[in-house]
Amino acid sequence: MTINVNPPVAADTQQQMGPQDYIRRSASTVPEPARKLEAVAKLIDVSKCIGCKACQSACLEWNDLREEVGVNVGVYDNPHDLTPNTLTLMRFTEWVNDENGNLEWLIRKDGCMHCSDPGCLKACPAPGAIVQYSNGVVDFVKENCIGCGYCVQGCPFNIPRISKVDNRAYKCTLCSDRIAVGQGPACAKACPTKAIVFGTKEEMKAHAANRIEDLKSRGFANAGLYDPPGVGGTHVMYVLHHADKPTIYAGLPDNPRISPVVEAWKGVTKYAGLALMGVAAAAGVVHMAISGRNRVTVEDDDEARRLTAQAPGAQPLDPDKEPMA
Amino acid sequence: MNMEISRRNFLKGAGAGVAATTIGAFGFGEAEAAFVEGLRAYKLAGTTETRNTCPYCSVACGVIIYSKGDITQGTAKAVHLEGDVDHPTNRGTLCPKGAALLDFIKSETRLTKPKVRRAGSDKFEEISWTQALDEIARHMKDDRDANFIERNMDGVPVNRWTSTGFLAASATTNETAFLTYKVVRSAGIVAFDNQARV
Amino acid sequence: MTNSWTDIRNTDLVVIMGGNAAEAHPCGFKWVTEAKANRGAKLIVVDPRFTRSAAVADYYAPIRQGSDIAFLLGVIKYCIDNDKVQWDYVKAFTNAAYIVKDGFAYSDGLFTGYDAEKREYDRSTWDYEIGDDGYVLTDETLQNPRCVWNLLKEHIAQYTPEMVERICGTPKEKFLKVAEMISECSARDKTMTSMYALGWTQHSKGSQNIRSMAMLQLILGNIGVRGGGMNALRGHSNIQGLTDVGLMSNLIPGYLNIPTEREVDYATYISSRGFKPLRPNQMSYWQNYSKFFVSFQKAMWGSAATPENDFAYHYLPKLDLPAYDILRAFEMMDQGQMHGYFCQGFNPLLSFPDRGKITRSLAKLKYLVVIDPLETETSRFWENHGTFNDVDSASIQTEVYQLPSTCFAEDEGALVNSGRWLQWHWAAQNPPGEAKHDTWVMAQLFNRLKKLYQEEGGKFAEPILNLHWPYADPEDPKPDEIARELNGYTVTELRDPNDPTKVLVEAGKQVSGFGVLRDDGSTACGCWIYSGCFTEAGNMMARRDNADPDATGAYSNWTFSWPANRRILYNRASADLDGKAWDPSRKLIEWNGEKWEGYDVPDIAVTAKPREVGPFIMNPEGQSRLFTRGMMRDGPFPAHYEPFESPVVNVVAPAIRGNPVARVFESDRETFGDADEFPYAATSYRLTEHFHYWTKHVWVNAVLQPEFFVEISEELAAEKGIDKGGWCRVWNKRGSVHAKAVVTKRIQPLVCDGKPVHIVGIPLHWGFTGAAKNGMGPNSLTPFVGDANIETPEFKAFLVNIERSDGPASA
Repeated sequence: MTINVNPPVAADTQQQMGPQDYIRRSASTVPEPARKLEAVAKLIDVSKCIGCKACQSACLEWNDLREEVGVNVGVYDNPHDLTPNTLTLMRFTEWVNDENGNLEWLIRKDGCMHCSDPGCLKACPAPGAIVQYSNGVVDFVKENCIGCGYCVQGCPFNIPRISKVDNRAYKCTLCSDRIAVGQGPACAKACPTKAIVFGTKEEMKAHAANRIEDLKSRGFANAGLYDPPGVGGTHVMYVLHHADKPTIYAGLPDNPRISPVVEAWKGVTKYAGLALMGVAAAAGVVHMAISGRNRVTVEDDDEARRLTAQAPGAQPLDPDKEPMA
Repeated sequence: MNMEISRRNFLKGAGAGVAATTIGAFGFGEAEAAFVEGLRAYKLAGTTETRNTCPYCSVACGVIIYSKGDITQGTAKAVHLEGDVDHPTNRGTLCPKGAALLDFIKSETRLTKPKVRRAGSDKFEEISWTQALDEIARHMKDDRDANFIERNMDGVPVNRWTSTGFLAASATTNETAFLTYKVVRSAGIVAFDNQARV
Repeated sequence: MTNSWTDIRNTDLVVIMGGNAAEAHPCGFKWVTEAKANRGAKLIVVDPRFTRSAAVADYYAPIRQGSDIAFLLGVIKYCIDNDKVQWDYVKAFTNAAYIVKDGFAYSDGLFTGYDAEKREYDRSTWDYEIGDDGYVLTDETLQNPRCVWNLLKEHIAQYTPEMVERICGTPKEKFLKVAEMISECSARDKTMTSMYALGWTQHSKGSQNIRSMAMLQLILGNIGVRGGGMNALRGHSNIQGLTDVGLMSNLIPGYLNIPTEREVDYATYISSRGFKPLRPNQMSYWQNYSKFFVSFQKAMWGSAATPENDFAYHYLPKLDLPAYDILRAFEMMDQGQMHGYFCQGFNPLLSFPDRGKITRSLAKLKYLVVIDPLETETSRFWENHGTFNDVDSASIQTEVYQLPSTCFAEDEGALVNSGRWLQWHWAAQNPPGEAKHDTWVMAQLFNRLKKLYQEEGGKFAEPILNLHWPYADPEDPKPDEIARELNGYTVTELRDPNDPTKVLVEAGKQVSGFGVLRDDGSTACGCWIYSGCFTEAGNMMARRDNADPDATGAYSNWTFSWPANRRILYNRASADLDGKAWDPSRKLIEWNGEKWEGYDVPDIAVTAKPREVGPFIMNPEGQSRLFTRGMMRDGPFPAHYEPFESPVVNVVAPAIRGNPVARVFESDRETFGDADEFPYAATSYRLTEHFHYWTKHVWVNAVLQPEFFVEISEELAAEKGIDKGGWCRVWNKRGSVHAKAVVTKRIQPLVCDGKPVHIVGIPLHWGFTGAAKNGMGPNSLTPFVGDANIETPEFKAFLVNIERSDGPASA
């Protein structure tokens, strides 16, 4: 066989996912989608992760983001936290296992968990700034973002970050632009050891079951899947060798839940306080123009509580019973 | 097994047929609008894909460089780079260095002009290729003629040029390597080495 | 690598020792995780640091850097003591039964024949007893006390688990656990792979580190089999290719040798390369040496290489020394004996040991030419960068040319991966600015030099004037033209030696493989081991069929693997004495009664009968060597030696410093330090976020690991009052660097011979150009001494002191 030319490769670039697939839209209602996309998930197998940061690198490259060159503060975590540009971050923990005295280097890729019941979206007062597709992708639509920071408050995983440059919130999109053309997220594609894999949620759960079996055979009796029910499950899941102790992995919440405050206040925005919040949002834009970043404060929380208390029928809502339309 | 999942369903993306199948697996219907509200436009649309190899370590991962412009017209520029899913070794994956190769290609510290630093100077100055190559060839000839060892003390022809050395690269192609070999050896250089050890 | 990256999927046990594959070769390490996930393979990591590889290992054992031979000989002893030996393999495929000459012995750390003055051995007793028939005497019963097996047992007797702990600092129970896991791979249906890299090579006894593991692998029967092998994880993307093509002081492409001045003519040169078989029926493939050599000379000098002038034998330089390696080159520079230097894609100021000496030496050059796609510290060695490069520009008289070359994205050609695959790639973009291809630069330099000799005459111009230069555009040779030369072609038609009327191959055709090459001048071939890469059928290196029948990991139609598209070397050893696979589930090639066939290209004549011809066809023995005769300068068996700078004395040979035959230049001896002044055992290494000194130019990688640091244990940090993330200073007689401190549980103090040993880890990626923070590196501190056989610098084990400090003055 003679090949003396660079063989051509055709790329399909037609995006086939869009607003018609929204099942939630912040501070607004969406019609019942005509089709239901199959749920997707990214599975991060911490036991296969070598902490190489290929995911961070691929994320920066795919999303055309760049970060400031920082400094070393005595650890391998760089940058030192998630930022509006660093949407995913390896967090390194040196943990000594009490049972056998062995050192374990726990390395967790941190980033948006794409909760089935997304606290950020529920907290968001800006119509259409946060959307959820029927396949589970939770995406920020920056054109609609007012930079109020409520999503940060609403997130049980402390993920969204507000940009000082444009006062908008940023987090992992699960590479919605790639998924829309049938490709997996950039991090999952790059991951050398396939510690990060992507597929339908069912496939990922089945794959996780295999991995857990393997880990148990290697003496990790508590190996398990992290798909926390407190947020309705997530579309980013972890295989943990010590699933009984999520917090040892750089503070992964043991049992994440949306703050009751946000749950309650969410009810207000949707059923009672929408007009009011619209005014607040408009005021927020003016406020930002003057003073820059606008974050949730204690006062905001108090205000939310007050509104909640005053709102008719103000009970925490069961998110599963929220009307789709 | 895990790798196969990713390959089969999501990463192939190499042909329209494959991609359509994948989308079908997600429950997507037929093609809809090209521009989709709320989504970032797919940035590889309209790019040329070229197979290449990562220049860093010896795993030699296959990469695909996405470029715009026409290389035959001198206008081709890389805009993105990803792992080649068809490559048996890396299967589309890349390490943190390979995944950032675009920043290597576009590094601010890429060299774009020949320069010379004169004896005692504290700065580089630009020089034309012709001038630089002429001067270097003159240096080589003068040094070779002054120091070449034709015969050793026993009168045996040894043909050594020991006073100029050549360190060959480690990421150039075999073809560069052999051309370099021919030039360096024919001149009689013995202090010839590469980066195999360091 | 004897095997390939994709073959690692077939293994049962991965031993990462002398390397850190997860960190340095993540996408190759993928195949370790695949073997673990899919066939339950285990991973052992033995390293002074708990590395990223260790993070996903099934078992980790610490070891003091520079003590690997003691550890490995300890494992060999464990296997022999516990009868964990693949006996059929050892008896049939190794030289275990060979009788060694009387007179050979080892005591007090030295083998027979040592000359302390010359730091050299007389190796005449390090050889086999030869019988009257010209073949080696053997004792198949292994009873003779002078057979290799018994000499080996005697040699390793002292490396008990207790001794391993004393030398290596590896707790006895951890050593025993590793030894036990490894020993299980002596079973026919279990294989182990060894993945190593600079952690073994960069020692004054680096070659013997690797030999120790190779011997262990032979004893376990793991060479030549799927999922086994000795897998050197090469560093750079084409360092395998550069070595194959012989870009070293003493090499001709394809691992032929540049003559020495003792080889006064071609007849003398070739007479010492007869490679007469040492056992009956053996192939001893190097018997074809003259065919490869003459074909090379024809590729170099074309019609000027004739039988009458011994195929231009005297056009080649003749060496007066074993090698003009990099350390010698800089020593010569420092002594004023070298005036010009070229760095093609290479940054010696940061890459070579003892940066102070490198700077001093470069400043003595008349001219320096740097050809590189990127800024390098070397090209700016004369420029003052404060504490990061404190030089006086005005006093440096070197003229420096910095020539911009292209990078991978802009060029076309083949790179050879660690698994010997020659993979072709294509250009995706045009070069930036005035950057030019390296081939263009070399052609321009050559054409100018040639023109000067044509016009002016000068010293021995013939090799330059007659260099074969058959390119369509002599100013700009194209990659495919050069690739064709590497493959080889017929100069005249080839006739059948048995029937001269019959033409086998027309003149001017690409040869199909090295079997066609001849030593009469009728063929030309740049690099015989590449023969077959670009045949009349086209460019085999550009093949992209990724089919892998039965998932063996061979990928035989993907690009081209040297030699002869063979994917696993010594693959005949994957089958037993009768040619059946040791492990049917890992079949590679088998004897079908008439010939060898299977998944790979047989590494033996396809009709060579199993019980007659041995698998190690390059060796005159036809068998592998547990005892290497006089082929290595420092012994036919490995022995434990401390690094030149060690925190402890050599327990087994207290009088010996370093490797007794490693070369030390006089001016460097005084820069060596002792443990009383510099008590801490330092080691240098790479991090996964960076590649050498290149990725500090890459914004994203600069973000991921921005700043120079050193790693120390919590215990040493507490002792020295050094804070996590605070500054410290590390120094020895050769230099001093400031670094941030990463204080970590991943480095633990070891106890060696009852004495605590603290380790200081020093990664190497920073300099004073690029996007990352300016920083120093380990090579300001590393010693100027190399491996006794091939002069690889001892970067992995040296001594330093450390203290809490402020940052560098101009940080």
